[in-house]
Amino acid sequence: MTAPQTPAEARRLVAAFLGDHDPAGPDALAFLQARFDAGLARPSWPEGLGGLGASSALNGPVDDAFAAAGAPDNRPHSNIIGLGMAAPTLLAFGTPEQQARWLRPLWTHEDVWCQLFSEPGAGSDLAAVATSAVRDGGDWVVNGQKVWTSLAHESRWALLLARTDPRAPKHRGLTYFVCDMDAPGVDVRPLRQLTGETEFNEVFLDGVRIPDDQRIGDVGAGWRVTQATLMNERVAIGGATPPREGGPIGTLAQHWREHPEDRTAGVHDEVLRLWVDAEALRLTSARLTQQLLAGQPGPEGSGAKLAYAQLAQRASAAELAVLGGEALRYDDWTARRPVVGDLAERTPGFRFLRAKANSIEGGTSEVLRNIIAERVLGLPGEPRTDRDTPWEDLPR
Amino acid sequence: MSLTAETPTTTDQDEDAGALPDLLYSEVEEDLRASVRALLAARSPWDAVLARTESDERTDTDLWARLGTELGVLGLPVAEDDGGAGASWREVAVVAEELGRAVAAVPFLGSAVTATAVLGRLGADELLTALAGGRSTVALAVPFGRLSGTAPQATCTRTGDAVSGGVRSVADARTADVLLVPTDDGALLQVSTDQPGVTRTPVVSLDETRPLVDLVLDGASGSVLATEAADAADAVAYGTTVAAAVLASEQLGVAEWCLQSSVSYLQDRRQFGRTLASHQALRHRCADLWVQVTQARAVARYAAACAAEDSADLAVAASLAQALCSDVAVRAAEECLQLHGGIGFTWEHPVHLYLKRATSSALALGSPHAHRSRLARLVDLPAPTDEEPA
Repeated sequence: MTAPQTPAEARRLVAAFLGDHDPAGPDALAFLQARFDAGLARPSWPEGLGGLGASSALNGPVDDAFAAAGAPDNRPHSNIIGLGMAAPTLLAFGTPEQQARWLRPLWTHEDVWCQLFSEPGAGSDLAAVATSAVRDGGDWVVNGQKVWTSLAHESRWALLLARTDPRAPKHRGLTYFVCDMDAPGVDVRPLRQLTGETEFNEVFLDGVRIPDDQRIGDVGAGWRVTQATLMNERVAIGGATPPREGGPIGTLAQHWREHPEDRTAGVHDEVLRLWVDAEALRLTSARLTQQLLAGQPGPEGSGAKLAYAQLAQRASAAELAVLGGEALRYDDWTARRPVVGDLAERTPGFRFLRAKANSIEGGTSEVLRNIIAERVLGLPGEPRTDRDTPWEDLPR
Repeated sequence: MSLTAETPTTTDQDEDAGALPDLLYSEVEEDLRASVRALLAARSPWDAVLARTESDERTDTDLWARLGTELGVLGLPVAEDDGGAGASWREVAVVAEELGRAVAAVPFLGSAVTATAVLGRLGADELLTALAGGRSTVALAVPFGRLSGTAPQATCTRTGDAVSGGVRSVADARTADVLLVPTDDGALLQVSTDQPGVTRTPVVSLDETRPLVDLVLDGASGSVLATEAADAADAVAYGTTVAAAVLASEQLGVAEWCLQSSVSYLQDRRQFGRTLASHQALRHRCADLWVQVTQARAVARYAAACAAEDSADLAVAASLAQALCSDVAVRAAEECLQLHGGIGFTWEHPVHLYLKRATSSALALGSPHAHRSRLARLVDLPAPTDEEPA
């Protein structure tokens, strides 16, 4: 099949598919599997692996076309690591067998994925991970502790970064694996955040055996694979552009309109500045999508997460300022698991507290500034002493 | 750790994304940019711009003539039948970007943007043709700081075809041969500057690359372009709105120069035995600036596209662009100065030209604060009333 070039062409393919497959049918999973097999799961993925080799700018229009027809979706917000990170990594570095094994159930939401990257001693300095993987026959035996793992308690598979050669410099002694979260020795414990929720987990790995055919990329090449995964986490490419006031500004603007009694001059200026910044971020994202559609991928995506974190933190703080005394009330401190998509229903205090993570999770704003400075602007990195020293000799 | 569902790019709705205009640069626009940039590199290097700020000829009339004769960019949005290029405000904005990047001392904003938009709105084809052909340079006689999108506060009176009065701080008027003068009866007149009743007194201006004049008219004879107050007010409001939209692109050019200059300097300058660029505290400032410049680019392109399409969102787009790009350009110039250290504070380094252009452009056509107040009305985020809540 020729890859569609325009949203209109992509929508025609969806319409043809819907002619053969009833979106209101009883078997949602079968529908999603058929959609994957037709190359309409992610049009940007390769033919035979859920896609058509089209531009990633067409993914949004295809999702929209299925949604408009009332078709079941694959609950993408509940498998965000799988779709946003595992899938691109498998596509770039997986063997054909690995791609055929994991991509389809990943996309259909049969398998949820998580990532086992960060450790108590390896946050921004991710290449310092200490979790070890030692070869034992056809398997690797893994020991260590991972942290900040979203969705670990629901996941079937995990992306795992482990140290296979402690005598090599830290970036060169790492290998990348797919870990079975149901394997013996995997222990998932909830990690409670300052919001009260247990959104994340700690994962303890105690003698976990991973078959060598679940290794992604070469032994010792784990850092390169990880870099690709992280770029996919940070550079949310080709996403749909939200409508005006579609982001964190929406709740604030709506409250401002509906509650004249809460308006003050100082907050008014901040509301207007936030409206301007939110619209600027929206147009910047739209422009990035247009660049992708035109085949001119730009580096602007690296700035989007940085700008979004600042906006979300300022907007949620302004919401507290507007509400005044009402914002003294919180809704729920219990150690509950988060509900995807309920952000607008929570109290402003929750949005305020949760937004604090936006500049830390998925790469701190400071790390993102390093990336922009070094990779986009071509400025040299900090002088470093840890690059060429064997990992086991580094001070810890 | 992961991004969660509330990141902006994972929002489901895509309703008006399809309705957003093209925010990229076309090949034609990039070609146009290259020609303008080449001309400016050859004819308007920064040291010549600096020297001109202390010369008798503040306006670069030679460059202005070449923009017309060599590049034909003075009537880009004017229809070909009227002697223009039949292009749009998008292409005009690209020229403005390059003129900003070079802080060029030409009356492009006043004549090729504001006056062109006013005359086009009024259907004043004869003067428009002269302007597009480079035979006439036209300035709108309104204070440069006046908020765009508003009817003029006329300070001149009309008796028949004779105009008297004064207008303070008019931009791009020093070398204009025609002024567009609003009068207090609501009319708009074209007044030739080549007559004894017109006096232009140069103002010592914050930005001498776009110097101002105080205008005095003493029984100057003019000819009426619009007698209906509504028509004149509409044309001035429209012309200044388009000017605000295009000025954002000029500000983008200023900001891009400042970022580029900062990045180059940090790579060259060594202190403490290493380049300044190897210090994270300085690199991060460049990274933040880069994020702001990418946003300014998207917003400026949106404003230009809205002007080109005469979009219903033009007023919002223009004020949004002024609110954002004004701050970004000033911030970029301030950062550029600080990152250059002492050399940035000298007369001999170009950064002050950009700081002055950025600052004066931010105040021109309404400050960012005024544009945010405008947005408050346009997007229904009203100011608090002056009452203690009950």
